[in-house]
Amino acid sequence: MKEFWRGIRHGISIALGYLSVSFSFGIMAVQSGLTIWQTVLISVTNLTSAGQVAGVGLIAAHASYFELLLAEVVINIRYALMSLALSQKTHKSFHLPQRLLASFGITDEIFAVSSIQPTQIKPMYLYGMILIAFLGWVSGTYLGAAAGTLLPQSIANALNISLYGMFLAIIIPPARQSRGILIAVLISAILSILLYDFAEFISAGFAMIICAVIAALVAAYFFPVDDNDNEQEE
Amino acid sequence: MQYVLICITIMAVTTYLIRMIPFAFFRKKITNRHIKSFLYYIPYTVLSAMTMPSVFYATGDIPSAAVGTAVAVILAYKKCSLIVVALCATLAAYLTMLILPCFT
Repeated sequence: MKEFWRGIRHGISIALGYLSVSFSFGIMAVQSGLTIWQTVLISVTNLTSAGQVAGVGLIAAHASYFELLLAEVVINIRYALMSLALSQKTHKSFHLPQRLLASFGITDEIFAVSSIQPTQIKPMYLYGMILIAFLGWVSGTYLGAAAGTLLPQSIANALNISLYGMFLAIIIPPARQSRGILIAVLISAILSILLYDFAEFISAGFAMIICAVIAALVAAYFFPVDDNDNEQEE
Repeated sequence: MQYVLICITIMAVTTYLIRMIPFAFFRKKITNRHIKSFLYYIPYTVLSAMTMPSVFYATGDIPSAAVGTAVAVILAYKKCSLIVVALCATLAAYLTMLILPCFT
């Protein structure tokens, strides 16, 4: 139980951050035409920011199932890498059932906090952190979805930018440190702007995949990551 | 209605499997340097492509979104926490919406 409470303590700041971000997600999803309960269901079953935002956008655009699947794979592929890294840091009390349960909650922030712990990670520690973060994410989504329609339109509109603010806060600090990340981010942004303006026949989901994959390929070719750099990501 | 539920199922199953399979079954490290590098850059390029240019249309009018974006970029550059950047960008966009009509 001590490990569980330690996880809760480490997860509180994550939960507070999630509360505000998922609040904006809730508003955005309802504005895109989803019901409150569909919106909450997405947060309960997905527990991820970028994948949910892209998913709601694609649903609103009546994208095909295949396009949605492909977009989710590309957006979430980073989790495969985090899961892989985290699996090397787990305590021996992690057996298959614990792994099946805990892997549901490997988000960017939970990965970032748990992977910098000095000791091996025990299941109860991850459960505690995931639980509190999950509660923040889901309650924020509900509040945003339910209150979004009650808020004045200008506040609801302004809140739509908060998710993007979070994305910028994730990519800009590492881009300062690493030339490779800076180039990757710039190529992706420029391609995305060009596709948006000049290739409107490409749907938003595929455009995002094309930009992200090309930019990552170019960066990987010209700025391959060294072994010891690998631990620093996130 | 059914379309939305199928979409949510696809999102949930895909997201879970991507997290679960490496954590539960994969114990070896990826050694290929190029694959590793590609996977290393993907999170950043995905977020970048999702942000640009959508962030400029997020608030419904470009001036307020541009001000919000500028505030977010500056605070992120100064390494403020996620929640500070997100809230300040929102506040800046909101204030711009309030103030700008006074000058036009």
